[in-house]
Amino acid sequence: MAWLVVRLAISMSLLYAASAVFEDQVGKFDWRQQFIGKVRFALFDTHSQASKKLLVATEQNVFASLNSRTGDLFWRHVDKTGPEGHIDALLMYGQDAVVVVGNGRLLRSWETTVGGLKWETVLDTGSFQAAALVGVQDLVKYAAVLKKSAISLHDLSSGSEIWVENLPDSDSVQYQTIYSGGNGLVFVLGVVPNSHIVIVEYKIEDGEIMNKKSVEAAWMSSLESSCAVVSSGILLCVDQITQSLYTLPLQSAEQTEMRQIHLQTLDLEVVSGFRPVLTSTQPNPAQPPLSEFFLQLSPDHHILLQFKDGLIAPLRDFNPSYLAAFATSGERTVAAVMSPKNDTACSINLFSADTGRRHLDTTIIYHMDPNGGKPNRLYVHAFLKKDDSVGYRVMVQTEDLTLTFLQQPGRVVWMREEALADVVTMEMVDLPFTGTQAELEGEFGKKAAIQDGLLPMVLKRLSSQFILLQAWLAHLWKLFYDARKPRSSVKNEVTIDILSRDEFNLQKMMLMVTASGKLFGIDSKSGTILWKQYLENIQPNSVFKLIVQRTTAHFPHPPQCTLLIKNKDTGLGSLYVFNPIFGKKSQISVPALPRPVLQTLLLPVIDQDYAKVLLLIDDQYKVTAFPSTKNVLQQLQDTASSIFFYLVDSSQGKLSGFRLRKDLSTELIWEVVIPTEVQKIVAVKGKRANEHVHSQGRVMGDRSVLYKYLNPNLLAVITESTDAHPERSFVGIILIDGVTGRIVHEAVQRKARGPVHFVHSENWVVYVYWNSKFRRNEFSVLELFEGAELYNTTVFSSLDRPHPPQVLQQSYIFPAPINTLEATLTEKGITSRHLLVGLPSGNILSLPKLFLDPRRPEVVSEQSREENLIPYAPEMPIREEWFINYNQTVSRIRGIYTAPSGLESTCLVVAYGLDIYQSRVFPSKQFDVLKDDYDYILISSVLFGLFFATMISKRLAEVKLLNRAWR
Amino acid sequence: MNGNGFVCQSGEAVDTDFSGFSVPLEHSFEVDDVPRFSLRGVLQFRGGREHGVYLAQNQLSEKDRNTLKDVAAVDGLYRIRVPRVSLQADRQTERQAEGYLTTFVRACSLVESHLSDVITLHTDVSGCVVGVSIVTIPGSCRGIEVEDEVDLEVFNTTISVVAPVTAPVPETAPYIERMEQEMEKKGKNPQEQKSFFAKYWYLILGGAVFLMATSSAQTPPGGAREQS
Repeated sequence: MAWLVVRLAISMSLLYAASAVFEDQVGKFDWRQQFIGKVRFALFDTHSQASKKLLVATEQNVFASLNSRTGDLFWRHVDKTGPEGHIDALLMYGQDAVVVVGNGRLLRSWETTVGGLKWETVLDTGSFQAAALVGVQDLVKYAAVLKKSAISLHDLSSGSEIWVENLPDSDSVQYQTIYSGGNGLVFVLGVVPNSHIVIVEYKIEDGEIMNKKSVEAAWMSSLESSCAVVSSGILLCVDQITQSLYTLPLQSAEQTEMRQIHLQTLDLEVVSGFRPVLTSTQPNPAQPPLSEFFLQLSPDHHILLQFKDGLIAPLRDFNPSYLAAFATSGERTVAAVMSPKNDTACSINLFSADTGRRHLDTTIIYHMDPNGGKPNRLYVHAFLKKDDSVGYRVMVQTEDLTLTFLQQPGRVVWMREEALADVVTMEMVDLPFTGTQAELEGEFGKKAAIQDGLLPMVLKRLSSQFILLQAWLAHLWKLFYDARKPRSSVKNEVTIDILSRDEFNLQKMMLMVTASGKLFGIDSKSGTILWKQYLENIQPNSVFKLIVQRTTAHFPHPPQCTLLIKNKDTGLGSLYVFNPIFGKKSQISVPALPRPVLQTLLLPVIDQDYAKVLLLIDDQYKVTAFPSTKNVLQQLQDTASSIFFYLVDSSQGKLSGFRLRKDLSTELIWEVVIPTEVQKIVAVKGKRANEHVHSQGRVMGDRSVLYKYLNPNLLAVITESTDAHPERSFVGIILIDGVTGRIVHEAVQRKARGPVHFVHSENWVVYVYWNSKFRRNEFSVLELFEGAELYNTTVFSSLDRPHPPQVLQQSYIFPAPINTLEATLTEKGITSRHLLVGLPSGNILSLPKLFLDPRRPEVVSEQSREENLIPYAPEMPIREEWFINYNQTVSRIRGIYTAPSGLESTCLVVAYGLDIYQSRVFPSKQFDVLKDDYDYILISSVLFGLFFATMISKRLAEVKLLNRAWR
Repeated sequence: MNGNGFVCQSGEAVDTDFSGFSVPLEHSFEVDDVPRFSLRGVLQFRGGREHGVYLAQNQLSEKDRNTLKDVAAVDGLYRIRVPRVSLQADRQTERQAEGYLTTFVRACSLVESHLSDVITLHTDVSGCVVGVSIVTIPGSCRGIEVEDEVDLEVFNTTISVVAPVTAPVPETAPYIERMEQEMEKKGKNPQEQKSFFAKYWYLILGGAVFLMATSSAQTPPGGAREQS
């Protein structure tokens, strides 16, 4: 019977917590965007004319096929992160794409139509150098892979290894490139820096070394960037010091030395300090490359040259030109060159490769985004038109990782913002009111109200009411107008102008900061990018902190966000202040930060323009206030003695607390030192500032109240042991009061190690660690209670809480690894909390906090049942219906952001990683929203019916009474 | 005075006896709020199960009492510090950690509590002191006048050493045990001794309700008429 009760209790609680998306809700309030990252290789499928495939391999170890008409993904394969999944080379022939992965670890062949793996071969160890397709008698049959000390040849249809040969003298010679011109030989080129070049010839059939020679080249340091093979096996190199080109026929036996051609004889000169680049093209791997090639002499100067009969002749000089690329369609090879047109636009033109003549009517105008970066890669897709002329489309990649696909005469076919594949941090900001709402606000908000008399105020009120009426009528008219149109033709285009707050504040502006230094403003409802801003000169190792200083609530002051960009190495920071709704840079003068910034602190103190004050603490513990108006400084002086902050120095294991002085200097008031020999601090987290706790305590089974220890200054410090031995390793959790430095609780999770993910909220901390003894992930929850009585019922002061809280803790097994952890957040904190767990599978699990409750009893009692406590079970359940993103998995999920909406039941969730997913969660179901299928007609007709029935029966009763009285 | 029972043998500086060692506890209270630490007492760590630490401290002098009251009047801070020490015996030679651990309490609350404070030393797993905290009981500052002579002479201090607690791991064994017990219970009496009514009460009740519903539908509604 007890067992039945237990099961009943569990199922009841599950019933309570269960929430899943119904089929008709899919995509209604959630969206997902998939990204690929910075493109490393891009190849157009030129196999057939109608093909729309564009194959890309990226820095994020993603191999994907894009639809070149729409920019959508056909398919995508996400490999392991880090060097293990790094894509070294991408080769394409016919329907197949050959990819070398993981520094030459694997060779894979993909079927490009559906993205299926055809075969995979594990290669011998050795660092990858180069790969090439090898053709014999006009047929491409093999792929050759060059490693540091070996070369191997693989069959393209099965992946089987034909032969593998060690390279001669591989300790001294750096073999770097591979070349085959379809004549039955494979050339491997190596270099001994500043000495000579080594050329080894292999026979394709059996890998026999046919010939080996070394050629003097004292000026050469690397083959890869400065050399190319042109024409029928001519090695061509360029050197900027001697200002010369060097040629060498690979196969000739008599020429034992490179022939030097001074650039001067061609009237050319390499700009000093620039490494010239040679670009040649080999349209068919079974045939030798073309004799035409590009030579880049400076960042904006390319020249098309031709090698003919041992001589080099310029075909066309492109000065200025940013980018140049070859493309082949059928038998015809063309060159596309991008040249600057004016300050905001570039023109791309097509030239025939063999003559250098310009094709008529082939100009594409590329408008550069004023808020974007410069173009840095050009990919050309050439095709033959019906009249046998060559048409083309181009894909331009810019510094800010935007992919733009253009066609003539400059129409942007699609655009992808690949910077969003690496979101670092984000915030959500409320949208502003509409103009009319703002008008109404403005009426009361300004000081003008005091100056005006009674009559103008009345008039003002009337006029604003009239404006509201007008807006409402216009809205009705629009509704009526839209209703008549078929549903599909009503476009839901979102523009920045019509953007306004909705009734329940469910639509917000998502601010996303990406690692490349590009900021985005995205509409949370549709995922439309409303503005973007590329910040130039961002170091690749920068860390960002986004701070909302003024929200939209202070009309007519625009909202204001501040981004702190900090160089990780030097610690030097800079501030970028902008309007989060429009993305415009603010004109406010920003304080210079000459010293490394250690800590930032957003105070609830506001200046006269309603901007919260941001304090920046530098390495000399001096404080800079932003904004630093007189008003702010005055307020800071008044409240200085109650402004405390903490600093963490994980290298010394030191946590220290400071207090602000009136002159904006600081004084050290407490210090806690955790010896780094034993454990190191890995993370410190406070509570979120915008968090509300509705309930001060928990009602127990016996109707008494257990009060929560709600210390807003509490910090959770997570440490990991330096000893990695599974028996001795541990994870430490220390709860410290950030004002007094008092250690409130200190616990050690033995036989555990990181990575630790944790959430600190209300009166609880939840953390996840790896149990190294049982080899599993475990959840642990700590809850702090003051006890049955509150020490001070009105306010909480860290300086006046002498009694330590009661700490309860319980642990559970979690049957999956996790990537990230976050808790839901709602407007008033009435709704029960859920934990959002990002799993490596890309699912987001919404786990009720009910399951993570240290008061879950071992043995069920009357009181625990009264309290709705689930009996303790060591294993945490994972139920598929708790996945809030059903099949919309988020690859490589790195972070989850939660924000409250205007509805208490609803919490907005954004998960980001390689993809971005936005949704809403309802931890306690939609208790404040009427259901979609709510029967308004029935309810209102019943109401009206009852109303009339009472009226009629009342009348009848009166008549009857009257009649009876007469009787 | 409840310690967590550290087997401490020696520490930083002054070895007093064979089985224990002692470190100074310093305090500072200045009107200009620039810390100048002076000796308040000596912390003596002893081996043994209980009473891991004792505090022997001096009385406050006349001058100190006045300063403390002045500091309290301007809402200054009363700071204390202890040197970083390891309570572990074998670590003593290798870890002569330099530096201090400091903390503070508002001087007014110390005055108003008549110098009754609670000092806690927190150690890490290896027995090294990582933090010190001080609270006064009561902890509030209400602006109550204090008779200096009697109340501000002697500290009434409770001192303790707190080591980190071991966090619980998932308790699988008791859970399985409980499950097994329940299974056993079930196994002992597979057919529980339930009466016929206990087993099928819902069927009977359902049937009764059904019968009543059908019979009431047949009888004509006549009761309401009498009242109108």
